Amino acid sequence: MELARLPISASQRGKLISAGYTSLSSLSSLSPSTLAQDLKISDNEALEILRVVSQGSRLDKPDGSHAIVNGAQTAWDMLHEEESLKCITTSCVDLDDILGGGIKCKEVTEIGGVPGIGKTQLGIQLAVNVQIPVYYGGLGGKAIYIDTEGSFMLERALQIAKACIEDMSGNSDFLQKDFQSCQVKAQPKDFLQNIFYFRVCSYTEQIAMINYLDKFISEHKDVNVVIIDSVTFHFRQDFDDLALRTRLLSGMALKLMKLAKKFSLAVVLLNQVTTKHTEGSFQLTLALGDSWSHSCTNRVILYWNGDERYAYIDKSPSLRSASAPYSVTGKGIRTATSKCKRIKIM
Amino acid sequence: MANKLISEMGLPTSIANIFAARNITTAKEALSLTEFELMELLDVGMARVTSAVAHISEIVSPPTQTALSLMEQRVQNEYMAGHLPTRLKGLDEALGGGIPFGVLTELVGPPGIGKTQFCLKLSLLASLPASYGGLDGRVIYIDAESKFSSRRMIEIGSKSFPEIFHVEGMAKEMAGRILVLRPTSLSEFTEREYDQGPTRQHSLGWHISFIKSVAEFSRIPIVVTNQVRSQSHDGTSQYSFQVESRGETVDDHTRFDSHLVAALGIHWAHAVTIRLVLEAKAGQRFLKVAKSPISPPLAFPFNITPSGISLLNDEGIEMKGPQISTIHYQGHEDIINFDSERLQ
Repeated sequence: MELARLPISASQRGKLISAGYTSLSSLSSLSPSTLAQDLKISDNEALEILRVVSQGSRLDKPDGSHAIVNGAQTAWDMLHEEESLKCITTSCVDLDDILGGGIKCKEVTEIGGVPGIGKTQLGIQLAVNVQIPVYYGGLGGKAIYIDTEGSFMLERALQIAKACIEDMSGNSDFLQKDFQSCQVKAQPKDFLQNIFYFRVCSYTEQIAMINYLDKFISEHKDVNVVIIDSVTFHFRQDFDDLALRTRLLSGMALKLMKLAKKFSLAVVLLNQVTTKHTEGSFQLTLALGDSWSHSCTNRVILYWNGDERYAYIDKSPSLRSASAPYSVTGKGIRTATSKCKRIKIM
Repeated sequence: MANKLISEMGLPTSIANIFAARNITTAKEALSLTEFELMELLDVGMARVTSAVAHISEIVSPPTQTALSLMEQRVQNEYMAGHLPTRLKGLDEALGGGIPFGVLTELVGPPGIGKTQFCLKLSLLASLPASYGGLDGRVIYIDAESKFSSRRMIEIGSKSFPEIFHVEGMAKEMAGRILVLRPTSLSEFTEREYDQGPTRQHSLGWHISFIKSVAEFSRIPIVVTNQVRSQSHDGTSQYSFQVESRGETVDDHTRFDSHLVAALGIHWAHAVTIRLVLEAKAGQRFLKVAKSPISPPLAFPFNITPSGISLLNDEGIEMKGPQISTIHYQGHEDIINFDSERLQ
């Protein structure tokens, strides 16, 4: 029944059906006052219902050759978009390589790993790197950092920002164009100014924050990345109702994907690790369960390989499964110094 | 924030009444339902539900601030921009000033290595007046293993800060600021061997949330000590993709080297912000900064002295790889016996 798909309240739907209006076409050429009389509701309410009906019926018109479903794009148009997608560099050449240039905008990337592997470091590095000015090859945007565990360390962010500025001024000597005249000397503190920091203390606040992001980013259009560190924490503590947890998590994942697409920004979710008993032994796996693992577009796992830190693309619609080494230094995430140990897993 | 009442959020009266009529009083209850569920439950149209949820979300969300304003706030209002100096030069430098406020710092190590000694010293440092580099505050010492020794603490105090402790009544004042709690029921604190699985995670998760939120709201340093347990040889797990490509991965030699791991598992390991591992290797004790967002993986050799703990080397040895997290306990017998004689 077409009426069942309309976003009207249950009682309104009930009244429509009991008054005999069972399909959208029966409502199409009705005046609000007639409807109001029939259903015994106010004129305004009737007008509201008819407005919703007309929106709904526009989608259903079988129009032959130009049937454009609301919100759809052709694959050709999308190809143009995908090619002009911007990426946020991770400051590690190998990692940028396997990511196809960096963390992609318009996509949700999940990064998980054991404690101490460098997830927060990567998060802070991305929050700084997104601010690299356009003429240095960056996005020149701002970052939103949603901290659920209190792991964001201001001193570290300053350190990383300072190193980023040093690298940029080192590079400008090699650039052809002379930017000295128009360049404003950036300070590490300016970088901190462009990171919006939110400390979330419960899963309710996390959900509220993600709901609120739509409005916030509409008001701050220059935000190019949203980092949530970590998305797991509040959902791992004392959740009795696991079905509710799955519903909330999938709702959250959908909203984040919508945000990424709507505002063309990158969403980076940092996840924790848990052990799972499979095939007779305990294996490490990212937390939040199997349903969550479907939710993100890209999934990167950070792990130890001997003495080196590696990143592995676990899941991606467009990137190949590959590993790349990286290192965490005083300056932040950087390329690993010993490249001879690089291992590619196909 | 999660329990904020809907009636106090300034929603339009009509919708606020509907929420109340359906017994949805707090933000938590409202946001735990999807918009379709709310539409069904409250019997209102989608547009109204969306705007009500957006309004509630905006109010419940944390206030907007930039990292810069946060830093300026901390520098202005907090001691040493939010750090408790430990008086161990190398460690303080590595940690950016000292034990940070607002987060959990964990000390983990085998028995007798010096965790309690470190805690006693920290309690003293927190209670010292600001002019002597302390926080001039009270300390809550939760002593689950009945190891707190007032006598030892006063000894540490007199040896480290003789100028304060020899003043009449200061020892009493300092010791008076430290509240020692000895929980009688240890069942929550001891490990349950056979109670693996979801039940244990549940209560541990609650404890983690609680401690972290206390640290966060009060902006105080919280230090916890943790025990070690032994692991079987295939203890350190791998990811499924690593198992598949076993031939190509570099062997993790640390797996066979050390048989000790921190207790409480990986869930707890994620929850602490800073993990300091204390171990004994080849007769020398080491303090390792195993997990920290700000410092490189450094190991400092240390000894236990009458005035607490002292580092032998302030530079620290940088360790590569996951070795920083392994816990050794070799050549310990002479150390423990030797020190217990001295402490008597």
